Amino acid sequence: MLKGKAFKFGDNISTDHIIPGRYAYLRSNLPELAKHVMEDADPDFAGKVNKGDFIVGGSNFGLGSSREHAPLVIKMAGVSAILAKSVARIFFRNAINLGLPVLICDTNGICDGDELEVDLAGGTVYDKTSGQKLSFSCLPEVMLDILDKGGLVPYIQKYGDFRL
Amino acid sequence: MGKTLAEKILSLKSGCDARAGDIVIARVDLAFAQDTTGPLTVRQFQAGKFKSLANPSQTVLFFDHAAPSPNRELASDHQFMRQFARETGCLISDVGGGVCHQLVAESLAKPGDVIVGADSHTVTAGALGAFATGMGSSDVAVVFALGKTWFRVPESIKISTTGELRQGVMAKDLVLQLIGAIGADGATYKALEFGGEGLRNLKISDRLTIANMAVEAGAKVGLFPSDRVTRGYLNHQKRGEDYQPLAADNNAGYESEIHIELAALEPTVAKPHQVDNTAPARELKGTKIDQVFIGTCTNGRLEDIATAAEILKGKKRHPRIRFIVAPASPQILLDAISAGYIRTLVEAGAAIMPPGCAACLGLHQGVLASGEACLSTANRNFKGRMGSPEAFIYLGSPATAAATVITGEITDPRDVM
Repeated sequence: MLKGKAFKFGDNISTDHIIPGRYAYLRSNLPELAKHVMEDADPDFAGKVNKGDFIVGGSNFGLGSSREHAPLVIKMAGVSAILAKSVARIFFRNAINLGLPVLICDTNGICDGDELEVDLAGGTVYDKTSGQKLSFSCLPEVMLDILDKGGLVPYIQKYGDFRL
Repeated sequence: MGKTLAEKILSLKSGCDARAGDIVIARVDLAFAQDTTGPLTVRQFQAGKFKSLANPSQTVLFFDHAAPSPNRELASDHQFMRQFARETGCLISDVGGGVCHQLVAESLAKPGDVIVGADSHTVTAGALGAFATGMGSSDVAVVFALGKTWFRVPESIKISTTGELRQGVMAKDLVLQLIGAIGADGATYKALEFGGEGLRNLKISDRLTIANMAVEAGAKVGLFPSDRVTRGYLNHQKRGEDYQPLAADNNAGYESEIHIELAALEPTVAKPHQVDNTAPARELKGTKIDQVFIGTCTNGRLEDIATAAEILKGKKRHPRIRFIVAPASPQILLDAISAGYIRTLVEAGAAIMPPGCAACLGLHQGVLASGEACLSTANRNFKGRMGSPEAFIYLGSPATAAATVITGEITDPRDVM
């Protein structure tokens, strides 16, 4: 069971909101890069987020660049999962490849600051603040397996190949 | 039922009867990374303790996003990538070599290929009938090692075209108008497949511009059939042997179909800060611009530079405008010099950058300050992309860009032609 606070964002949060391209020079210095997580969507985010918290987006979360640094800095910030109505495909794959769960559900009813409990195996989100219960769509099996192994690199290390 | 282009290519490369919604493992013909995603790709490859590349001659590291290096940190990333290339025998395209997607189109992509790049605009090679898509560093590192990856076979949206573009209207206007209509997530996880008799009138340079921006509607690929136009381009590139005809079956199943009459299109501009926030260029008359940038994998080709030179012949830039031009490859730069386009643009006040991504992503060669506005021929106008998050990026065609150079404000090119 994952527990934490919701940080709510709107629709179309791009990889440039998450980690702006202008910080590309910090991509080999991850601790410094991570200080800029979500900077162009909420400049105070890095200072407010605590381990276990959730990023809650609207539709088309993570659109734009293929930079895996976007889910990477979110993971480094301690975020335990991303909830969104829909997610851009490259970001989706990148997050799962790093072992960061992405849950597709109707996030309209979740407010900024709500206390959430996520049951990954059961496929449910409980918003303790509002009392609302949500379910999220199941990932394809290959993604569940990658997530379960902690990401794509550990998955390939374990199996030596893809397994369908 | 017949197959879409996406289903055909993935069937061939996976050895399965691949249908939309299936998950398949496909052989990859070309895998690459560039200098802002490459270092993490190399680190993931090393973290996986992979011993060697599956296909060194089909693995490429491109130096284009920040090349020549603008600072010590990126210089050190470049050094790290060169070291990996020496150790593994992969190909590299170093400083001045040009934009990865243009070089893939000129020299590497073949109809029917599966191409994976650690860059979202890898979709560009769909113009040549290649199933080409962007992925992150972990995925690409594993492709480097295994020569294959998994795909969910996408549903396809058919974009059928008729007619011919009118004077002053370019392929960029087509794709901007399409994205404006379907939205920035209008094709998420899907393939956009282009067809119809209008394709006869779209050159490979036009198709590259359109395929390039498929990802701005969320698409996994933007696919064109491989036809006579493709054959002509490959012959011109002295790669005639790479040609094979490729088209979707007549009875293929599409999720939906959109019709575009090319003659009905107008010069179109995407306003800050989203690509689907489009308007006719004429409606934005009076919008003051500080910098015009012509270049990138979207519009840094010879035809784009030729269009700009034609409009700017004998003209001067507006005194407020900083005018930056970056040809997308050395071949384009040399051809543009031979044709006299570079002289025309320099005489009009252009600063010519080396082949590469230049100002597109805010790392060098035209970073924007707070409050400044840029009209760019690139593919993204997200907040903060070209520098200050308080800057404003408008996207338009090379013709609209050239017209804007003259007037200092967003201008429909037909008003100055």
